[in-house]
Amino acid sequence: MAIDYAERIPNNVELSTNRTLQRALEQWQPAFLSWWKEMGPTDFNALDVYLRTAISVDTKGWANYGYVRMPDYRWGIFLAEPEQDRRVGFGDEFGNPVWQQVPGEYRSQLRRLIVTQGDTEPASVEQQRLLGHTAPSLYDLRNLFQVNVEEGRHLWAMVYLLHAYFGRDGREEAEELLARHSGDADNPRILSTFNEPITDWLSFFMFTFFTDRDGKFQLKSFAESSFDPLARTCRFMLTEEAHHMFVGDTGISRVTKRTLEVMKELGTDEPAAIRRAGALDLPTIQRYLNFWFSSSLDLFGSEASSNAAAYFAQGIKGRPDEKKYDDHVVRDATFELDVPDGNGGVRRESVAMRNAMNEVVRNSYTEDCMRGLNRWNKLIEAAGHAFRFSLPSTRFRRTIGNWAGVPTDPSGRPIAQDEYDAQVASWLPNGDDRAFVASLMRRVIEPGKMAAWIAPPEKGIKDRPVDYEYVRLA
Amino acid sequence: MSVAEHPGQTGPVTFDTAPDRYKHWKLSVDGRVATLALDVDEDAGIRPGYKLKLNSYDLGVDIEFRDALDRIRFEHPEVACVVVTSAKDRSFCAGANIYMLGASSHQWKVNFCKFTNETRNGMEDSSRHDGLRFIAAVNGACAGGGYEIALACDEILMIDDRSTAVSLPEVPLLGVLPGTGGLTRVVDKRKVRRDVADLFCTNADGVRAERAKAWKLVDAIAAPSEFAALVRDRSAAQAAASPRPAGAHGIALRPLQRTIDARGYHYPNVDVTFDREARTATIVVHAPRTTQPETPEAIVEAGDAWWPLAFARELDDAILMLRTNEPALGLLLLRTEGDPAAVLAVDRMLLAQREHWLVRETIGFLRRALARLDVTSRSLYAIVDRGSCFAGTLLELALAADRTYMLALAEGADAPTIALGATNFGLYPVVNGLSRLDTRFEGDLPAFATLKAAAGYRYRAQEALEAELVTVAPDQLDWDDEIRLAIEERTSLSPDALSAMEANLRFPGPETLETKIFGRLSAWQNWVFYRPNSTGERGALKIFGTGARPSFDQERV
Repeated sequence: MAIDYAERIPNNVELSTNRTLQRALEQWQPAFLSWWKEMGPTDFNALDVYLRTAISVDTKGWANYGYVRMPDYRWGIFLAEPEQDRRVGFGDEFGNPVWQQVPGEYRSQLRRLIVTQGDTEPASVEQQRLLGHTAPSLYDLRNLFQVNVEEGRHLWAMVYLLHAYFGRDGREEAEELLARHSGDADNPRILSTFNEPITDWLSFFMFTFFTDRDGKFQLKSFAESSFDPLARTCRFMLTEEAHHMFVGDTGISRVTKRTLEVMKELGTDEPAAIRRAGALDLPTIQRYLNFWFSSSLDLFGSEASSNAAAYFAQGIKGRPDEKKYDDHVVRDATFELDVPDGNGGVRRESVAMRNAMNEVVRNSYTEDCMRGLNRWNKLIEAAGHAFRFSLPSTRFRRTIGNWAGVPTDPSGRPIAQDEYDAQVASWLPNGDDRAFVASLMRRVIEPGKMAAWIAPPEKGIKDRPVDYEYVRLA
Repeated sequence: MSVAEHPGQTGPVTFDTAPDRYKHWKLSVDGRVATLALDVDEDAGIRPGYKLKLNSYDLGVDIEFRDALDRIRFEHPEVACVVVTSAKDRSFCAGANIYMLGASSHQWKVNFCKFTNETRNGMEDSSRHDGLRFIAAVNGACAGGGYEIALACDEILMIDDRSTAVSLPEVPLLGVLPGTGGLTRVVDKRKVRRDVADLFCTNADGVRAERAKAWKLVDAIAAPSEFAALVRDRSAAQAAASPRPAGAHGIALRPLQRTIDARGYHYPNVDVTFDREARTATIVVHAPRTTQPETPEAIVEAGDAWWPLAFARELDDAILMLRTNEPALGLLLLRTEGDPAAVLAVDRMLLAQREHWLVRETIGFLRRALARLDVTSRSLYAIVDRGSCFAGTLLELALAADRTYMLALAEGADAPTIALGATNFGLYPVVNGLSRLDTRFEGDLPAFATLKAAAGYRYRAQEALEAELVTVAPDQLDWDDEIRLAIEERTSLSPDALSAMEANLRFPGPETLETKIFGRLSAWQNWVFYRPNSTGERGALKIFGTGARPSFDQERV
């Protein structure tokens, strides 16, 4: 396929003059499109969607709006503008010039990290491919597709790095990114969280709030990388990732707002009554929140990790906002970890700070999540209710790290397995919850109209009204 | 590593275990196929201070592995094929635990590697001689020592889920070698072309299924949904070709009757006494004291009390205990006691009934126990004294020794003799594939023929010396002093130089996979272990996991 590069693939990497990269991408581009047509939001490919497309990295160029059919979306390749004389910001090589090429000794580590990150991007598109059938409004449907095409672009971004810097191995890994499929027992995605289908919109909002936020923190860690092309790529991705978080944050906020309205109308906080009125009760939202927060925590890895230590020391993957720390080398500092003592209690263990980097990032993530909860809780408070959303402990329901398989209650207190089993239905979405949420999932397609369980957004996209026809269904 | 180096450790390391006590393996038997599933309890390391993450192993895990293999050999003779796999999700085995290696003394590492090598060689030994086949069902990440377990199997089947990789990351990640036969088996056994092997062994991430198959690193691959069927088909096919008896019932391997005291280790047929001052241990093997069974049925009835099996298990245990717990006892004095005729009578049974599964497995156990003695890094003197019975199978002890001292007495009924038996002519090959006699005479056929003709003959000292079966034959006047001097002289020499010298002198003749593993691979590995680039303060192995970057001495040696 002949490609007019600048037009077809907007980019700021001089694609039109880079023959090696052109050749590689020419092979990958058709494979990507086939993947999109098979594994993406298949049933919606013919629709015109009001989407944002990045055509350059400056303030004017990164957000161009217009109707596009998704398969015609111009997935571009953008790196944030280079920083003059950028230096390694952390680890053993602190202060040395950053790397414009992959150092041979870190080749496999960098490739592995890029592949793992890259694998999550198409995975989430696959997980969400059927959600369009039950969108609560055209506005939300458009947001879903915006998230989807941008995940596709983030895949492109990672594939660009693989093609441009990792030779034959990189090209093979890029192919594999399209060959693995979410939930496919024979070719699963790398991380297990990305193999669970997302079948309802409450989960979608939770996913974009909690799981995409893990993505944000991973990207922020990579944005510090000494491998400059990776850092620049991730810095630009973060501008788009912010929208995904916005979808989750405002989504849950709107669900909560609607619930509060129903509570006011009915004059009760009785879950059954609220459900009868077609809205979600707050305890159910809390159970979904417990589920998605805890499953997203696992994505940060073990509390004490030799890989995390190596990535930090080598300058490959730093802490988000590395500049806010005083010590960028972190050779002697330690970190106090609470670990299960094996007898139902908790023991404090001191580990080298470098090994605890996953935990450091996880803590920043938890604080960031809490900011969202505080916003939702303000709505509840303003409505005069005592209920507050809370984050479960980071020990709760873990499958990776020190607390993996250790039963605790949501406050993190270790408990017996039978106690856990007896109470889990009040902590995590139970069968009833899932059936009820599923029963709410009905498509609403009239511009400006919302499903009964969610409030309208405060404003539309890019100064358009809320009742704008964000997706042309005809 | 001596007990004293481990403040947390009480008492010596023992190799005793049984399936109901396993912490790390699940053994299940279904007809002709046994499944050994690795499921390491990460908090149950044999030493404190490390977690056995990702199905990584330490000595404790391997002690169970060895035990499980012996259980299958003896307690489940109907099993013809063993599937080695993992009970963990997406992780087959990550190999030897790095933190354990990083924290261990040089000697512990070397001893640990030797033991793990012997267990893996034992799998190939059972496949080659006794038709017990092994299939590695690689159902998750398989790195380093994990892949080396797979390499020891007859076939490697690998799951193709587009993520799982096999790898030998020791060189790029740890600055050491895949020392449990990995390098050797990749090129020698699996015939991976050496430049491809070079790519493979320097890539920490390893290769996924399709390329692993193309590179001959595995035999067959299958998608997750088809993997169980592939394993089932291949294990059935391997089992069908095996001579292991489908209908047989096994014998119980009961716990060894062993007492440990300050003087040594004491078993019914083997006794070990320490002389710490002289830095020697004396191992006495006793000939059968009672009439031994004459028919296969009676042998099965006797079970693990049948003398050849009983003494072999005890000897094997004694060697392992000495290696692990008594590193300072550098010279092992091998003695025997009892009636040579009783030993030769058992030998005749071994040969006459060698097609019976229990006899065959007992011969196999002896073969492996004697091979363990061969590669033991201690000086070995056989002492042929009054009342000894170095005949047939027990003569192998003397043939394994670095030297044999035989008491020369003038005429008299109590003059010690040695005797060759039919078991000395190939039943118990050395790791080089030859019998100890062939190894001793380096294929010198005239001597060999003469010896064979003389099978059964009782050699007195002078004759034995002339037949080149013993090293020195002092008379009664010289005997005590001669032995004392030989011991004192030996233990005054550098233990390192002796280990190295003995390893070079013991295995003349052809190279095999095993001689390469115990010679070339182990020697290079042990050298690497001692170099600062691996174990120095900034060595790759030492600092692994801290995130710090190794600092290499860049000069090639």
